[in-house]
Amino acid sequence: MTTISTTKTIFSGFGGQGVLMMGYVLATSGMEEDKHVTYLPSYGAEVRGGTANCTVTVSDEPIASPVASFPDFAVLMNTPSLIKFESGVKSGGIVFLNRDLVDVRPKRRDIHVVSIPVNSIAKRLGNTRGANMVMIGAFVQKTGLVSLKSVIKSVKSIFQKKGTKIHKMNTLALKEGAAFVDGLLGS
Amino acid sequence: MAKQLMCGSHVIAEAATRAGCRFYAGYPITPQNELPEYMSRRFAQIEDATFVQAESELAAINMVMGASMAGVRAMTSSSSPGISLKQEGISYIAGMELPAVVVNIMRGGPGLGNIAPTQQDYFQATKGGGHGGYHTIVFAPHSGQELVTLTMKAFDLADAYRTPIILLGDGLMGQMMEPVIFPDPIDPATLPQKDWALDGARGRDSRLVASLHLDPVEMEEFNWKLARKYDAICERETEHESYLLDDAVVGVVAFGTAARIAKGAVKRLRESGLKAGLFRPITLWPFPAKALRTLTRTIKHLLVFEMNFGQMVEDVKVSVGETATVHFHGRPGGVVSTPHEIAGVITKLMYRYNLAK
Repeated sequence: MTTISTTKTIFSGFGGQGVLMMGYVLATSGMEEDKHVTYLPSYGAEVRGGTANCTVTVSDEPIASPVASFPDFAVLMNTPSLIKFESGVKSGGIVFLNRDLVDVRPKRRDIHVVSIPVNSIAKRLGNTRGANMVMIGAFVQKTGLVSLKSVIKSVKSIFQKKGTKIHKMNTLALKEGAAFVDGLLGS
Repeated sequence: MAKQLMCGSHVIAEAATRAGCRFYAGYPITPQNELPEYMSRRFAQIEDATFVQAESELAAINMVMGASMAGVRAMTSSSSPGISLKQEGISYIAGMELPAVVVNIMRGGPGLGNIAPTQQDYFQATKGGGHGGYHTIVFAPHSGQELVTLTMKAFDLADAYRTPIILLGDGLMGQMMEPVIFPDPIDPATLPQKDWALDGARGRDSRLVASLHLDPVEMEEFNWKLARKYDAICERETEHESYLLDDAVVGVVAFGTAARIAKGAVKRLRESGLKAGLFRPITLWPFPAKALRTLTRTIKHLLVFEMNFGQMVEDVKVSVGETATVHFHGRPGGVVSTPHEIAGVITKLMYRYNLAK
């Protein structure tokens, strides 16, 4: 759980991993909980398979800057993201790694690491495209930035047009991510 | 109405629609394509609204001129190089005293530049980018909600003063999502009648909207009329925000995205007991010169932070004269500073001038 009132998170990975969607889900959930939020995507002349990242700020007060000097949390879905963002994470912050694709360990000793095989979990659920949902479920369970319930609700409304089957698959993925973190805490 | 999480470009488009804008013409350019994209979808739902993806920037601004001449609230949007192409049209619109809203989501420059967020068009926007010595009101929003307010206000002021208005943002403002609340939409039919519009002369005398005044005496009188209008705008429409300035020893002066980052820096410094504040021009033209000069009664060091290599700093220097020392920190090209970087610059200033007490 976090006690600081303003929290910044960077989400990063390959284009197509649903990195921007994770940030959007967090921002939407924060807004649903009446928190102040900003969502800042990287944008550029992006190429397919290139990198994508976004910065989400969640706060109890109006947000001064949407740009993060040193993010509290970094959700890193591939190795290049770890290389790019590890050094910027605030001391004492948490790095969430996609264990299936990140093949190096963070060098820093002053940050916490939560390593989750999100691709494997998503595959086991028969929802390979849901790795980002597994990750965001794990992320909110660990950080308590917003409640899992809010996230499930936001995801439902964001994917409203996709129907109930997608909603059920997303909900399951979110809960599995959260359960994985609970398992880590229990062990 | 509930809060909605929307990107800045969509916010501008929705706010324009709610302000009664019923004509939009534009030509695609990154990083503002989300704006026409939203506009095309939104205007398709409104019977008397017209969206045109024009064949060029020139065509778009001239279509806006025509629509405005016919009395319709009209808007175009583009990004730096595209705005340069529109300058002739903007000059004509100013010369014909027509209302129009022009959105510039700035990118790096000069030339084709890049699509990263910068503030390199301050001069172009505030000093009359086209020929003939006209002014445009220039709004510099720094948040989603302010995009709503200022976009809607832009249409009101454009009509009230019969002048083109520029809404100046950058890719960060355009892409960033924040929760916004929209006011109820305005029904264009309820807006004040335009007694100059070319809307059909049946049953009344014909009207003329033109920018050609061949007689120098007539042209001079028209220019003085413009000057009086600009005086009135300076008098009534100048806007700024003061952030933690009351006891500050260094005042950062920044607008738009830079102001947002500077706010973060000021907040960081305050948390460690360092007295920094932020003066944020909301209108870049008219520039809040008087308020800034008043500020220098108590603050003797101003740090101008811009995402260019020094443009607004000239207006700051003219505004304060010898009453304060003006420092400058710039990042041209699209590199986005962090609050940490700006806090560092302010801290150095404080130690250099022994202000960190």
